[in-house]
Amino acid sequence: MNFYSIHAIFRFEMARSVRTLMQSLAAPVLATALYFVVFGSAIGSRMAEIGSIPYGSFIVPGLTLLAVLTQSVSNAAFGIYMPRYSGAIYEILSAPLSPTEIVFGYVGAAVVKSMVLAAAILITARVFVPYEVAHPFWAFFILLLCAVSFSMLGFIVGLCVDGWDKLEVVPSLVITPLTFLGGSFYSLNMLPPTWQTISLFNPVVYLVDAFRWAFFDVTEFNPMVDVAFLLGFLLVCIVIVGQIFRTGYRLQH
Amino acid sequence: MSNAISLRGLEKTYANGHQALRGIDLDIKHGEIFALLGPNGAGKSTLIGAVCGLVKATGGSIHIDGHELPRQYREARAKVGLVPQEMVNEGFESVLSSVRFSRGLFGKPPAPKLLEQILRDLSLWNKRDDATMTLSGGMRRRVMIAKALAHEPQVLFLDEPTAGVDVELRRDMWAMVRRLRDRGVTIVLTTHYLEEAEEMADRVGVISDGRLLLVENKTDLMARLGRRQLRLQLQQPLTQLPADLAGFPVELVDQGRELVLDVARDNQGIADFLRRLAANDIDFKDLHTSESSLEDIFVELLRKPA
Repeated sequence: MNFYSIHAIFRFEMARSVRTLMQSLAAPVLATALYFVVFGSAIGSRMAEIGSIPYGSFIVPGLTLLAVLTQSVSNAAFGIYMPRYSGAIYEILSAPLSPTEIVFGYVGAAVVKSMVLAAAILITARVFVPYEVAHPFWAFFILLLCAVSFSMLGFIVGLCVDGWDKLEVVPSLVITPLTFLGGSFYSLNMLPPTWQTISLFNPVVYLVDAFRWAFFDVTEFNPMVDVAFLLGFLLVCIVIVGQIFRTGYRLQH
Repeated sequence: MSNAISLRGLEKTYANGHQALRGIDLDIKHGEIFALLGPNGAGKSTLIGAVCGLVKATGGSIHIDGHELPRQYREARAKVGLVPQEMVNEGFESVLSSVRFSRGLFGKPPAPKLLEQILRDLSLWNKRDDATMTLSGGMRRRVMIAKALAHEPQVLFLDEPTAGVDVELRRDMWAMVRRLRDRGVTIVLTTHYLEEAEEMADRVGVISDGRLLLVENKTDLMARLGRRQLRLQLQQPLTQLPADLAGFPVELVDQGRELVLDVARDNQGIADFLRRLAANDIDFKDLHTSESSLEDIFVELLRKPA
């Protein structure tokens, strides 16, 4: 493992997001803040509590995850797609790098960005709605696991797509709807039985459930099963990335 | 001692079936400047790509300083620097941070002094804080060279280094290549400017349609295949060659207005020939000698069926 190589990639990626702070941090934080203004302060007060949790607080974990999941995928995908597009990938390929080092550099940077974003959103949310975190360690761990596995997913997307337009397909057309329908704004119990069953096939349901459990100590499944599910997803992503590097797919001619 | 680069039976067939390399055997010695010549699409860039990890070879073996690829990629790749043919837009990165990135990528600890020297050598030092995207094409080319040198490679690949580059940069580049060679860096360059190979290379390899047609010392190649000619414009056109000149490798061209004599490279025979002309009262108004360039040799080689 070469520290200098990982550091070079990591620093390059972080420099890019610092240059684009408006887009990488301000925009998602503002978007989330607007949700809290609308659903938390404005109409949240007219909504019934869910369990014993005020509606505005109830949506905090789901909205945080929504931002973390979409931004992890976008960031990691953009990070590796950019050099593929510009041709700068030649340098990565010609350098004495192992796939692990490349992944640590790109995915590591995307994870750090997502965690910073999550912190910014949680702090902003606290301004509008009250909440406390019941299991801080688990909250951090689940958030980290989400950031890592979805950054890996983004890395795969960035390696596989062949156009700018396809880069946003997964975050906007897959992650966002799954998160909206994944119980971010409601409890599954509030759905008609058919939709409850369909929701069980939405993987994001389990992530939202686990993360909300870490906040409010209420769960619809078993948080440990949720975490195991996340770990399994991460493993699948690792295997796919390994396979991409082994075959050189979309990287080498 | 192992060679800087050693290729055996290197083959590359692209997914679309195009066979870009058809069994290349090539040894490049430490410290030499090797020019790989060939027309567009001959396989030059594929060959460089295979050695530098951009292209996955489909057959044969590659050794860099005795380290086999891809098995010992860490040792092998650390020794190689690449300046690709295509210009890369690094966007908003500053020149200095872009070069620093390259050094780090190759796993080397920071070396500000060395990077400063590299940038100064390439007249980039006062541009170090500029975003690369604001630089002119020639300057960006220099940045790419600086990036390739940042990790102190032992072998430097220059893929068409002077394509679309102005005269000044070309001269700078040649000077830089010589300085690197003096420091013991092996240089492999591809070009289709023969002037460049002629000016710089120690050895020349000619590649066409994925095959190496020949590998030879440049001077030997020029001596073996190069020709010199003495051309004389005559005062009075001749209808036929005087019998007295029949012993010379001489031809009458341009409707008898010009005599063309093939001369050996040691210039033997010119004086003899001129005396004989004088003896036959043949006056000429002008004369000049010409030497075939690597270009002529190259065109000749490619015209012959391989």
